[in-house]
Amino acid sequence: MTNDAFGLIYTGEANAQLRELTFTRSVAAVPFGGRYRAIDFVLSNIVNTGITSVGLIAQRNYHSLMDHLGSGKEWDLHRKRDGLFILPPFVTKDNTGVYRGTVDAIRSVLGFVRRNKQRYAILTGSHTIYNSTFDAMLKQHIATGADITIMYSDESCNRFDKSEQYDDLRLKVDKTGRVTELTFNPLDPSSSLTGCDAYIMDKSLLEYLVDDAASRGEYDFMQDVLVKNQFKYKVYGYEYKGYVARLNSLAQYYQHNMNLLRAEVAADLFNPAHPIYTKVKDEVPACYVGSGRALNSFVADGCIIEGEVESSILFRGVRIEKGARVKNSIIMQSATVCSDCDLDYMVLDKGVTVNSGRRLAGYKTYPVILRKGTTV
Amino acid sequence: MPGKQIVAMLLAGGQGSRLGELTKSMAKPAVPFGGKYRIIDFPLSNCVNSNIDTVGVLTQYEPLALNAYLGSGQAWDLDRNNGGVFVLPPYMSIDSGRWYSGTANAIYQNLPFIEQYDPDYVLILSGDHIYKMDYAKMLDHHIRMGADATIAVLNVPLDEAHRFGIMNTDDDGMIIEFEEKPSEPKSTKASMGIYIFNRELLRDYLIRDAADAFSEHDFGKNVIPAMIGGGQRVFAWEFSGYWRDVGTIASLWEANMDLLGASPRFDLYQKDWRIYSRSPVLPPHYIGGDASVEDSLITEGCIVHGSIRHSVLFAGVSIAPGAIVEDSVVMPNTVIGPGAVIKKAIIGEGVQIGGGAKIGCERRESDAPYDTALTGDITLVASSMHILDGERVPSGKVVSRKKA
Repeated sequence: MTNDAFGLIYTGEANAQLRELTFTRSVAAVPFGGRYRAIDFVLSNIVNTGITSVGLIAQRNYHSLMDHLGSGKEWDLHRKRDGLFILPPFVTKDNTGVYRGTVDAIRSVLGFVRRNKQRYAILTGSHTIYNSTFDAMLKQHIATGADITIMYSDESCNRFDKSEQYDDLRLKVDKTGRVTELTFNPLDPSSSLTGCDAYIMDKSLLEYLVDDAASRGEYDFMQDVLVKNQFKYKVYGYEYKGYVARLNSLAQYYQHNMNLLRAEVAADLFNPAHPIYTKVKDEVPACYVGSGRALNSFVADGCIIEGEVESSILFRGVRIEKGARVKNSIIMQSATVCSDCDLDYMVLDKGVTVNSGRRLAGYKTYPVILRKGTTV
Repeated sequence: MPGKQIVAMLLAGGQGSRLGELTKSMAKPAVPFGGKYRIIDFPLSNCVNSNIDTVGVLTQYEPLALNAYLGSGQAWDLDRNNGGVFVLPPYMSIDSGRWYSGTANAIYQNLPFIEQYDPDYVLILSGDHIYKMDYAKMLDHHIRMGADATIAVLNVPLDEAHRFGIMNTDDDGMIIEFEEKPSEPKSTKASMGIYIFNRELLRDYLIRDAADAFSEHDFGKNVIPAMIGGGQRVFAWEFSGYWRDVGTIASLWEANMDLLGASPRFDLYQKDWRIYSRSPVLPPHYIGGDASVEDSLITEGCIVHGSIRHSVLFAGVSIAPGAIVEDSVVMPNTVIGPGAVIKKAIIGEGVQIGGGAKIGCERRESDAPYDTALTGDITLVASSMHILDGERVPSGKVVSRKKA
C-alpha cells in the first residue's frame, strides 16, 4: 500500500473499432464482465493500491461516465482529503476545451497535478482491463531509479492483427528491464511486449514533459512524449504477468468477455484479494423460473431467466423469456429477449429488446452488435 | 434545524429466540433473507420509499452484526444532513440506566431522540416482518380520520385469528376493542405491530405507562389498550398484500420459498419499490457447464457446478460438481462439497459442507434422539459449522457448536 502516488486516468480514447459500443459513451464507460464498466478495473486497481487521490480526465461523451462514478463513494473516493476529481474539458485563454490528444488533455489538468501532495503520478488510460495493484511497479520504479516506468505484458501467444491495432506501444527491454526500443503502432511489430497503458513518473517530470511537448505543438503522449524521449530518459519496463484485456475492437471486446468463462481468467480478473468496485444498483438476486436455465454463463443480479442461456454473459436486469435460447452472447443491462428467440454470437447493448421469435446470429470472429435501445 | 413531519422508530432489540441458532450471535433483524437482504432491509426500505428519512433503530440484543450492517445508512440513502438512521442502544444516565424492559419502554427511553426533530407523528415499526408497505398512505389515512393513533391491520383467516392481537372496530374503522390472542375472535383484523401516534399523545401515554409499576411496558398489551380505554381515537388501517412474520424457522424458510416461481407470492422485482441493502462487492454469479438450475434465486458471487432446485442462494455461495441442493436456503459464503445432498434445510453463513454429506436426509431409528420443536422438518446448520465428508444430518436436526 502506498500513499505517495496519485492516479491520473485519461478517458478520452476514441476508438472507432469498438463501433456501436462507443457511439454514445466513452471507452471508459463500456460495460464489461456482467456488471462492470471498463473504468472500474483501473480505478479499483488504483484504490486497491491505497491511493486516495485520483484525477479522471473526461473528454468524450462523458455523461454516462459521470453518472456511473458519481461522487466516487463506491470506490471509497468521496473524501474530505483527496478523493475522486472528475476533470472535464473547459475553455480559457490558453485552453480551447478541445483536446487534440493526450498531451493537451494532461496539460489542461496540470493544476490538479500540482495541487497533489503525492510525488509519483500513475498515468493510465481506460481501455485496458486487468486486476492488480501498482505496488510492485512503484517499488521497481523507485529501486531502478527510473525516470519513467511503463507497464507491459507479453502478448506472444496472441495473434497480431493490424486491423485491430489501437494505441499499440511495443517495447524491447534489456536484462535489467531498461527499455532499449519503443515503437508506436508498428506496421510489423518486432516485439511481443505490449504496453498496458500505465506509466509511473515523478509529477515534476510529467509537468515538464507535457509543457515541453506542447511548446513544440505536439499532442500525443505516447508518440511525442514517450517514443521521442526514449533515449533521453531512463525508461524502464515493468512486466505484468496476469491477464490483460485490451478493448481494441469489437471482436476483442467480445473475446475478452467470453474468456471470463474460463475459470483461470475469471479467477484472475475477479481476484477476491483485489475486489473490483462498481456502482451499486440494488437489484434483486437473479431468478430462474420454470424451465429457465443457464450453462457455463455469468449472470448478474436482477436477471429473470425463463429461457435457456449457454456460454453467455448477462448483465444486470436482463430478461430472457420462455422458449428463448441465448448462446455465445453478451446481453447488457436491462435488455429483453422475448419468447422463442434464438440468439447466437450476439452483443446486445443496454436496453435492447428482441421481440418474440426472432433469430439472430453473428459469427465467432464477427459478433453482431445491436446498439443501445434498439428494438428488433 | 427544520423539524420533521414524522419520525420512525424501529424496534430491533428482540432476541428472536424461536429462530434458535440463527439468532445466537445476531439480533433477529440482522438475519439474512432472500438472497441478498437482511430482515431489517424491508422496514428500512419501506421508510425510504415512503419518504421517511429519519429512523431510530432500537437495539439491545447482540447488536454488533446490526450496527456493522447499518453503518452510516448510506446503502438506504439514509446518510442525511438532517435526519438519517441512528442506532439507539440502552444507555446510562446520571441517575439511572437500564435495559429496555419492553417495546413501550424502549421508545420512552428515547423520547429525547424523537423530540430533537419536533415531529407531529411517530411511526413505530418492528424489525421482524417481511412486507412492502407505503407508510405515507397510512399517515394520510391517520390525518384524514383525525386519529390520535392508527394501527395497521391485516385480515387473517378466522381460524388463525386467535394467534394475533385482534381489533374490533366500528363502521368508520375506529377501534372499540383490542383483544390480545382471543380464544373466540370477533373479527379477523390482526395487528401488524405497525403504529402511528400523534407525538404529544404518545409522549403523555408513555410517561404514564413508565410510572405504572404493574405495566409490562408493551405497546400491544399496555399502551394501546390504555389509549382505547382512555377514549382516544384509535383507528385501524387495513393493509392488503404480502406480510409475513419471520420469527420462526418454518416461517423464515417459507418466506424465502415465497420468492420463487413464475408469479411468486412475494415479488421483489418492483422497480418503483426497491428493497435496498448493503451489497457485497462480488462479480456476477457463474453457472458451470455441468450445473443445473431450476426455480431458484441466485446472488452475485456464487459459483454453481452442482444441481440447484427450488432454493435461495445468498452471495458468494460455492456449490461443487455433483452436489444437489433442493428446497433450501443457503446463506452467504457457504461452500458445499462435491456430491453433497441438501434437502429442505437452512444453511447458515460461512458453513463448509464436506463431499458426499447428506443434510436433511431421512431420519433413521438408529439416530440419536434430538429435539425438533423449533425446526419441525427443516434441518438447520448454524453459521461457521463444518460438516465432515459423508456425514449424515437427519431431517429436522440442528447442527451447532456444543454449549461450553
